[in-house]
Amino acid sequence: MSVGKSARGPIVEAPVGFFAAPVSHPAPGAAGKTGTWRDYRPVINEEKCVKCLLCWLYCPEDTILRREDDMVYVDYEYCKGCGICASVCPVNAIEMVPERGGLE
Amino acid sequence: MTVMTLTGNYAVAYAVKLARVQVISAYPITPQTTIVEKLSEMVDTGELKAKMVRVESEHAALATVFGAASAGARAFTATASHGLLYMHEVVWWAAASRIPLVMAVVARAIGPPWNIHVDHQDIFDQRDTGWIISVAQENQEVLDLTLQAFRISEDPRVYLPMMVGLDGFILSHTMAPVDVPDQEEVDDWLPPRRQPYYIAPETGVVMGNIVPDDDYYMLRYSMQKAMEQAKKVIEEVDREYGKRFGRSYGGLVECTLCDDADYYIVITGSWAGEAKEAARKLREEGYRVGVARIRFIRPWPGEMVRELAARAKGLVVFDRAISFGSKGPLFLDVAATAYGLTSMRGVIGGLGGSDVTADDIAGVVRDFVGEVEEKGSVYEPLYWLFPAKYRGKFEAKEVVA
Amino acid sequence: MVVRIQDLPRRRYGMPGNAACPGCPEAMGLRYIKMALGDNVVLVIPAGCSSVIQGIWPKSGINFPILNIVFASAASAAAGMKAAFEMMGRDDVHVVVWAGDGGTADIGFQSMSGAAERNDDIIYIVADNEAYMNTGIQRSGLTPYGAWTTTTPLGKKEHKKNLPFIMIAHDVPYVATASVGYPHDFIEKLRKAAKIRGFRYIHLHAPDPVGWRFDPSLTPKVAQLAVKTGMWPLFEYDRGVFRLSPFSKPYKDPSKRTPIIEYLKLQGRFRHIIDKPEEIKKLEEYVDRLWYWIDALEKAFNPSEKARELLSRHA
Repeated sequence: MSVGKSARGPIVEAPVGFFAAPVSHPAPGAAGKTGTWRDYRPVINEEKCVKCLLCWLYCPEDTILRREDDMVYVDYEYCKGCGICASVCPVNAIEMVPERGGLE
Repeated sequence: MTVMTLTGNYAVAYAVKLARVQVISAYPITPQTTIVEKLSEMVDTGELKAKMVRVESEHAALATVFGAASAGARAFTATASHGLLYMHEVVWWAAASRIPLVMAVVARAIGPPWNIHVDHQDIFDQRDTGWIISVAQENQEVLDLTLQAFRISEDPRVYLPMMVGLDGFILSHTMAPVDVPDQEEVDDWLPPRRQPYYIAPETGVVMGNIVPDDDYYMLRYSMQKAMEQAKKVIEEVDREYGKRFGRSYGGLVECTLCDDADYYIVITGSWAGEAKEAARKLREEGYRVGVARIRFIRPWPGEMVRELAARAKGLVVFDRAISFGSKGPLFLDVAATAYGLTSMRGVIGGLGGSDVTADDIAGVVRDFVGEVEEKGSVYEPLYWLFPAKYRGKFEAKEVVA
Repeated sequence: MVVRIQDLPRRRYGMPGNAACPGCPEAMGLRYIKMALGDNVVLVIPAGCSSVIQGIWPKSGINFPILNIVFASAASAAAGMKAAFEMMGRDDVHVVVWAGDGGTADIGFQSMSGAAERNDDIIYIVADNEAYMNTGIQRSGLTPYGAWTTTTPLGKKEHKKNLPFIMIAHDVPYVATASVGYPHDFIEKLRKAAKIRGFRYIHLHAPDPVGWRFDPSLTPKVAQLAVKTGMWPLFEYDRGVFRLSPFSKPYKDPSKRTPIIEYLKLQGRFRHIIDKPEEIKKLEEYVDRLWYWIDALEKAFNPSEKARELLSRHA
């Protein structure tokens, strides 16, 4: 018997018979390809960027990504185009450009 | 094994201890309180190694033990009446999450007006929630059922929470000798907790986010499948428990004096004791009467009830609750199972703890048998077994379809 | 310890493709929890926007294990989970409630108050977007005076409930206010809270572009204006000591505060009162009262040893 304090967790045993589990796991795209929601896309001017990472910090979606050298780029598959990155950029290195239909 | 003189509530507490429950949470309500008091004492003195979360409401109590069970702990709560109604939302939530859990329900009338005595309205109010629902007749069975509840609920064919019902005061506060198994015996019989998944940093499990409608439907279907499988598990556990501890109760339905019976009393809870006494008296008078005590309201023992109905001349169903505007809830299930097979009478008695004696029950059955013998077939879904002081002043047989 | 962005590892904290509206402050806040506490966390989430942000089964758009739970009892479920982890010898797991203002100040208040009184070992974070946003912008106990919601079409007539003060009165070890406009401050407070045992409460101000009617790119700016106008003071109460946080310190002096109107005029929900000085005055008076409280708390819960001994069971 090991149901006392020593146990790290319970015994997980697969259900027998038809069973539909009300269980999910974290994964990208739980609401689909949210890049399709976008009216404006953020475009980063790498020449202006000072790598302060504020856009990365404030992006609600985790769709501003950091390269090894901390230059940032955008995950357009999921970026919803809220424009927070452009609004917090202290050097105006991000421009919101109207989408012309279709994802890249 | 030790014989102890225990109230029904203490029988629950000892079973919880023997099951090595890890997290307990409860809020006091009469007549459940002595369960919580005893468990608090066991936890505080170190007799039971568990966390006791003394919450501020029943809604919180069930949410607490559900949270604990979701993380993988064996967990337990107990309540009654208004407490059960207050936690009703979480009762649904726990069942559909498919997380094993055990709760004792000390049956008590619902207000207003305030009434702390037994009827089954609170338990039947939980009928459709997806919990396995059992009701005991006496204190020994309370202990046995509570122990079995962990085994049933945690069985991979079931993975549904289970309620153990015991009648307020009549069991909860009345002492009786109870065989209490030794810890080693229980450890050997009750396997460590199993569950289909649990929430922890390493599992990444998310329980209960939005599911598309069609998949939601299938989740409900799977609960029904589990209920059907639970019938077999309940019978199995009852048999195995019998082999180990010397007590079996017949699984979903306990049938007494049934072998040659023409008429059956169908009943659940402690007043089955009076029903059995009534059957014995009636047999002395020449009536061949048996008692089918429904031990599990859910899953509904339809097959067994149908089998009885097929060979019976009539069934008298006793309800200690009512679905206003319709009939007694137990009768509704019996009628849905056995309609057309035999004569039936649905009796409403004992609401709010009003007294029902073996003679009262015998009287109703005698009257019913007389009618069946005279008319050949009887369907009386609503028969009022009024308290003695009102009897005769109101019409007992209500004409309803 | 001051948080530097560059020190935060280059990894995924949030979960892209979730169902949050563009510019959502809750999606921001959830990322900061991961930045602050790492992976040894489970979330308990009652009904609210974050139930929906997770998206559709069998995926979840929030990067944590989650127990979704009924509206009224998130703190209780979290207390139960914590008890279970302790029984299994896992004291290191952070059980974090992530609830909205309704799930905290209104329907979930009893449960939270109970957990606080018991000093259950959980971190309770309220993401306060000042209304029932998920059901379509209805007023809550944390909606401010004058704000339009669908159930206060002419503006709310009552002020916001001062929940952080109520939580200090519960004598829990840690209470803090934070804002999505100041992620460093929030992360720092989370890390501090993580080192303390017992009930920890962090009230995160979360301006919501949909319900407050502002452009989604302005979420950080609106949040910062709430602080700069003195409407949302950042402070912490740490085991008997009350401190204004650095970002709010200047605004103890009313003359340093940005005029409230600058905050209100960015938000459509205040459109009907920005031309009414008497309504603005009510909000100004509210802010003054808020700072009287802060002044009193600073004096009462100062760092002197005697005050600490007297005033907190956690000192």
